[in-house]
Amino acid sequence: MTYIDTLNARFSGAFAISAFRGQNRVSIDAHKAPVVLFDMLKCLKMDCGFDFLCDIAGIDYLNYPNAADRYGVVYALVNTTTGERLFVRAFANDPEPELPSVMALWQGANWMEREVFDMFGIRFDGHPDLRRILMPSEFTAFPLRKDYPLRGYGERHNFQTITRSES
Amino acid sequence: MAISGLMPDYLVTRLDHVANLVRKHSLWPMPFATACCGIELMATAASRYDIARFGSEAMRFSPRQCDLMIVAGRVVMKMVPVMQRIWLQMPEPKWCISMGACASSGGVFDTYCTVQGIDRFIPVDVYVPGCPPRPEQLIRAVLDIQEKISRTGTMDAREFAARSSYEGPTSLAKELSPEEAIVAPGDYRTATRLRMPLN
Repeated sequence: MTYIDTLNARFSGAFAISAFRGQNRVSIDAHKAPVVLFDMLKCLKMDCGFDFLCDIAGIDYLNYPNAADRYGVVYALVNTTTGERLFVRAFANDPEPELPSVMALWQGANWMEREVFDMFGIRFDGHPDLRRILMPSEFTAFPLRKDYPLRGYGERHNFQTITRSES
Repeated sequence: MAISGLMPDYLVTRLDHVANLVRKHSLWPMPFATACCGIELMATAASRYDIARFGSEAMRFSPRQCDLMIVAGRVVMKMVPVMQRIWLQMPEPKWCISMGACASSGGVFDTYCTVQGIDRFIPVDVYVPGCPPRPEQLIRAVLDIQEKISRTGTMDAREFAARSSYEGPTSLAKELSPEEAIVAPGDYRTATRLRMPLN
């Protein structure tokens, strides 16, 4: 029984599955993701052998052709016994994109979720310490969103200047 | 012994001149290396290029012991208060070299986080172009600093008092309309970063 059968048996109708170059991708819609995502990842970890969370990545699908939901969060899982990889993509939407935190399953998700929050503003429910990790704490925007300008809003030039005579 | 009878054993000169002569041949660099320029900085200090020939081989990682800050590499906005704090910790007299395209102008990194030249936030004496610059260029910059010291230096560093205005380029932030700009200041006098309110 493959993990696809297991997922079909437990979460039938909650996800779509597609393959790309021999690797499977599981997608969960935005309205189902808050309920289904944690249980599905738990099932994949406990019962299907995907015991390693390799990476969490965020995607902004603003102005993307045929995109139904705005944000995607991709969980890259690895089965360390077989070397198999699986990508689970959960969607989220404005105005308050939110997904469940997977820190209860993988402690290593801590900083990865903080990074996705920092760059995209997607909140992770249940995360114990959801702060910015890359940008300074007083930064107000989410710079990897597609509607954020490449050069920023001028934040990088709003520091105090030191002249030579006063230093 | 014969010569001491012919020449006086004292010399009349300006105190500034002596101070400059001593200072410029023992510049102690503070290597503020954040990127690939730092590798060239290391190569400059290594035996092949040997910056010791020009008296600035004593790199110290404590700003309290340095008088030449070499900013080598790109500086992001999170780093600016740290850089300013290190600059303020260096004792007078002190000078600054902006090494490489990124430190001087932001280079190719015209993004939301990279500052477009460190001279917007701290005073810079010599700029070194290049991506990264060759070690010879950095040695040239040290020689330029030496020349600047010998021309303008004074015993009590009073030449710096005249440099009271902003020396960098026109601020890009002014090109933004006020409603578009977000003010996110870093406070280098109290801490490296502003504290967020607790709750």
